[in-house]
Amino acid sequence: MALETDTMTKDPILKVEHLSMRFGGLMAINDLSFEAYRGDITALIGPNGAGKTTVFNCITGFYKPTMGMITLRQKAGKEYLLERMSDYEVNRDAKVARTFQNIRLFSGLTVLENLLVAQHNKLMLASGYTILGLLGFPTYKAAVGESIERAKYWLDKANLTDRADDPAGDLPYGAQRRLEIARAMCTGPEFLCLDEPAAGLNPRESLALNELLRSIRKDTDTSILLIEHDMSVVMEISDHVVVLEYGQKISDGNPDYVKHDPKVIAAYLGVEDDEVEEVIEQIEEIAPGETH
Amino acid sequence: MANISHTTEAVSTNLMARALREAFYAGLIALGLFVLFVGLKTDQNILNELVLVQRWGLLATFVALAMVGRFLAVAYVRPWLEARKAAKAAAPVVEREAGFVARNFNLLAIVALIAYPLVMVAVFGFQGSLKWVDNFGIQILIYVLLAWGLNIVVGLAGLLDLGYVAFYAVGAYSYALLSSYLGLSFWLLLPIAGVLAALWGTILGFPVLRLKGDYLAIVTLAFGEIIRLVLINWTEVTKGTFGISGIAKASVFGIWSFDISAANNFAKAFGLPMSSAYYKIFLFYLALALCMLAAFVTIRLRRMPIGRAWEALREDEIACRSLGINTVTTKLTAFATGAMFGGIAGSFFAVRQGFVSPESFVFLESAIILAIVVLGGMGSLVGIAVAATVMIGGTELLREMNFLKQIFGPDFTPELYRMLIFGLAMIVVMVWKPRGFVGSREPTAFLRERKSVSGSFTKEGHG
Repeated sequence: MALETDTMTKDPILKVEHLSMRFGGLMAINDLSFEAYRGDITALIGPNGAGKTTVFNCITGFYKPTMGMITLRQKAGKEYLLERMSDYEVNRDAKVARTFQNIRLFSGLTVLENLLVAQHNKLMLASGYTILGLLGFPTYKAAVGESIERAKYWLDKANLTDRADDPAGDLPYGAQRRLEIARAMCTGPEFLCLDEPAAGLNPRESLALNELLRSIRKDTDTSILLIEHDMSVVMEISDHVVVLEYGQKISDGNPDYVKHDPKVIAAYLGVEDDEVEEVIEQIEEIAPGETH
Repeated sequence: MANISHTTEAVSTNLMARALREAFYAGLIALGLFVLFVGLKTDQNILNELVLVQRWGLLATFVALAMVGRFLAVAYVRPWLEARKAAKAAAPVVEREAGFVARNFNLLAIVALIAYPLVMVAVFGFQGSLKWVDNFGIQILIYVLLAWGLNIVVGLAGLLDLGYVAFYAVGAYSYALLSSYLGLSFWLLLPIAGVLAALWGTILGFPVLRLKGDYLAIVTLAFGEIIRLVLINWTEVTKGTFGISGIAKASVFGIWSFDISAANNFAKAFGLPMSSAYYKIFLFYLALALCMLAAFVTIRLRRMPIGRAWEALREDEIACRSLGINTVTTKLTAFATGAMFGGIAGSFFAVRQGFVSPESFVFLESAIILAIVVLGGMGSLVGIAVAATVMIGGTELLREMNFLKQIFGPDFTPELYRMLIFGLAMIVVMVWKPRGFVGSREPTAFLRERKSVSGSFTKEGHG
């Protein structure tokens, strides 16, 4: 497969091996293995109920997987076994940030405050676990200034500078999506997991989102893993696509390869198992040579 | 022209007819409701026989009241309200510049509080001012301190705590026991009581961390009861329901004492006539200083990362964890800090009363403190202080309303009705301002301008 030669040169940041997650009698993920490469935008796609969000929750520590290993290798070479860490440690130590399918902002805090909360651990240290900060030590003031600068940088990127002092709950939907990504970026992640960032966006907002994601890839060394239903987003910005169906991987490769994979087409269009061969033939007829 | 006057006339006669009709129906309903409750009354005569007393006159009064009330409401009150609403909607919205009082409210309030005992002494004399400084001033300040402590747990971190009075009890008994058994001074015990209460806050915090919402409320309620029951039953140490009396008074930093027999008595040292008012005035300023310290610490904490994490926790706990915030320690610090304020208030309470007993730490106290926090507006220091003044001062004021006896007869004791009025006042405030007196939230950081966040965006917390 063309895919194999591709991966040899690339440095994986996240390695998921034999991941299984069982909820009672339901096997939400069944022996899933895939890799995400440093500097790439990896997309995780699949029909509804395929287990994409479950994979996310396992990676970010919100679920403890039944089986399997999730290894994150940081730039400095340090490795973390994410399945053994609790949710906040995954962010604090392994530097994995995430967003949520149903936006989870601190709606009563202002946009700026949302971005400051994201820098909690850094500020906590600078404030001497609150004690030095309470006494008004200058180190804390300097750290706050620095944090506000960082927040400003991301506000600018997310095109939210004008709304910085408004409550987050007052923003329009698209802006809330961008703010959630900006907030995740304020934690200084090496690996960013986005759960359906384009869901519910209008075409203009979708465009702004693509721009933000591209600039994250270009200007920071954060690798991105995203779940998405919007194929235009997936095909346009991702470098590598993993397709899930019923908790199993059915395809893995570059967008072009995946787009023409008969299994993927069958999964999305809902073809009976015995009709798969037929579909493959049809594709061969339409686009010879593109399938592998 | 004639046409218009004709139509308005028609509308008004129409209205009158409707009002009369509705009044008639209201009277009918009132008659049906009250005929058995009010019209007939069972009683016992001298021979212990059950007799039926007929009270048609009283029933007629009830029905007449309902009819007149309904008539007035339909014919006059409702059109007036509608007209006012229409006028309000028609009038352009004018951004009014905040007045001098509104802008400098905090400063004016502090100045007024500092001047309060002096004014009271000037008006009522030393002996007469006792009641106003002690019952009103000090008591309200204790509740302000307690409510500000609970505000950290409920208002900022969004953790519903129904057993807050436990920490108040821990503080009060820490002072009472340590000063009676070990003879330690107030100034040493004040921080110790705070630390002990914080310790108990942490101990309570551990098991309840995994609980949320209603479950958390029930467990904290149980914890409050446990502390009270321990105080009642551990008679060797706490003397049970008898309580601990003769608790040592506070001194002015050990320089002047308020004990009458002591050589360095305050009144003697300054050659003043003996009075207990000096001690009360001293306690008032002490309570004020503690409140100011608590306010300063709270305002500062809100701008610290921990304070922001508390508020973020109230807004969304899962998002907090996704941002690398250890929610366990964040909740524990909220519990401990709130408990510390409660403990300090408790030790102050013990020194002011000179007597503590488990009677003072019943669930009703927790409920009142929580009510003050909710009425004031969760998270707002000024709102909570106003709510404490209105609620505690208001119920105290009812004790003073002896003129009500002239209206309702000599058997009427207004203080028996204070809880009823307290409840009614709460309902009225909650209907009128569902988010409390100050429903908006002041942001802790801003880029261009400080805009307060409307209460409709903030959440109450579920943990």
